Amino acid sequence: MTQLTYLRYEVIRTYRNRRFLLFSLAFPLILFLAVAGPHKNQSILGISFPLYYMTGMVAWGTMVAVISSGARISSERQVGWTRQLRITPLPTWSYFAAKIFCGYLMAILSMLVIFIAGSFVGVHLTLSQWFVMVGLLLVGLIPFSVLGIMFGHLLTPDSLGPAIGGTTSLLALLGGAYGPLVNGGAFLAVVKCLPSYWLVLAGKTALGGGGWPLEAWIVIAAWTVVSSALAVRVYQRDTRKI
Amino acid sequence: MALTNGTHNIVVSNLTKTFGKVRAVRGINFEMERGTTVALLGPNGAGKSTTIDMMIGLTTPDDGSVSLFGNTPAEAVRKGLIGAMTQTGSLIDYLNVRELVSMMAALYPSPLDVEEALRISGAEAFADRMTRKLSGGETQRVRFAMALVADAELLVLDEPTVALDVEGRRDFWTAMRAFAARGKTVVFATHYLEEADAYADRIVVIAHGRIVADGAPTEIKATVGGRIVRATLPSVALDELRTLSGVTNAERRGDAVTLNCSDSDATLRALFAQYPIVRDIEVRGAGLEEAFLELTEEEDEGD
Repeated sequence: MTQLTYLRYEVIRTYRNRRFLLFSLAFPLILFLAVAGPHKNQSILGISFPLYYMTGMVAWGTMVAVISSGARISSERQVGWTRQLRITPLPTWSYFAAKIFCGYLMAILSMLVIFIAGSFVGVHLTLSQWFVMVGLLLVGLIPFSVLGIMFGHLLTPDSLGPAIGGTTSLLALLGGAYGPLVNGGAFLAVVKCLPSYWLVLAGKTALGGGGWPLEAWIVIAAWTVVSSALAVRVYQRDTRKI
Repeated sequence: MALTNGTHNIVVSNLTKTFGKVRAVRGINFEMERGTTVALLGPNGAGKSTTIDMMIGLTTPDDGSVSLFGNTPAEAVRKGLIGAMTQTGSLIDYLNVRELVSMMAALYPSPLDVEEALRISGAEAFADRMTRKLSGGETQRVRFAMALVADAELLVLDEPTVALDVEGRRDFWTAMRAFAARGKTVVFATHYLEEADAYADRIVVIAHGRIVADGAPTEIKATVGGRIVRATLPSVALDELRTLSGVTNAERRGDAVTLNCSDSDATLRALFAQYPIVRDIEVRGAGLEEAFLELTEEEDEGD
């Protein structure tokens, strides 16, 4: 009950942050409409181009949303807010959970906006395809949420913008969010180890009606475990330092 | 002070903390009864903040322990027994003052009414303003409101009036007193003797990481509230001056002598009577810093 009130104010803070809204909602939407709009009737690798591009932009937008949410811990650390919270009964995990929740909320908003835009430029999927896609996206975002929390403890608010912008753009680019990068070879094998590759693929996989191959689940699980371990380490280092 | 039951009080035993080569806190011991107000008085860098941070569980001591009404600091934090205002810290943005205080209130088991906390702290007038638009003094009031709204058994305030003007200070302490009158236990750190004297039941003086004096405000004032007399007085031995009435210490630089006095009136009478050639007399209140230094030096000699 009490933690719900706390969560409510965290959500309020999230949607009042216009810069955050701009980067996770407006940018992917504008890019999607600008690129997919003029190529409504084309197809790429056997998939309609708007759908292809929609999945890329959804992956990018949601990735930015969840990473940025956790990374906001950085400025809260800087103003001494995390110290303030450590002398309240709020458990640390609740603080992190609230950040992840807000990131997901923003990611879902980002998905909705782009899906609606997609339906205007001719993306048609069955209900079950939508469900599989959304489900896989939600799972695929888990390691990015944790990375966000890690960034929040590693970086200063000044370096946060470039670091998040750079990381998400690189991950999105390599994952194929802006367009197909490679079709095979050793490079593809490396790219397939990135969680962003599978995040981008979530939409395309849904087309066949099935989900991810086993490989995808392993990659996402491994990134979640490793980034969680790192996040715990940087958190402990950070609290000891103060 | 008779302490009947240890678990109902605050017991700080042998707290020690070293940061690198700096021995910030070097064995602090004190006990305080529930419902009392204790001031930790000392100059900057004395170890007050480190002591407070260890009391509320923000810093882990190298040695020693803290018991807050029978709980460790971590347990006390979890149970919502502590409302605290640390020395540094700002507010998060995208909320107005009322929302922020409500957010904090929601974290405690039996919080104060938010409007009441805003009223007591003097933050009522700007309760609808966004936190980023507050002045330093206003921010400090909001931080006080956040500490009050916990309605916790123990209120901990680390140099709470630093950012406030004279009027703000007075309002702050009036509010603190009103809160303490509800039977709460209060610990505050300050480097102003006047604040400790006016608002605490007991003063614990800390310097160089140690307790150098501990007692009622009147006792502490007599110990550290001395005066300094400076005068031109050639060719009189320091040992002779040290025996003058009211003098605790004497030093010489050329023809000028500096006398630390516990009773400067007595010293002046004696000076004029015994040394008619004395001139250029100057009397001033001894800075707390000097008084503390003297106290610590005495302590260190006893090491």
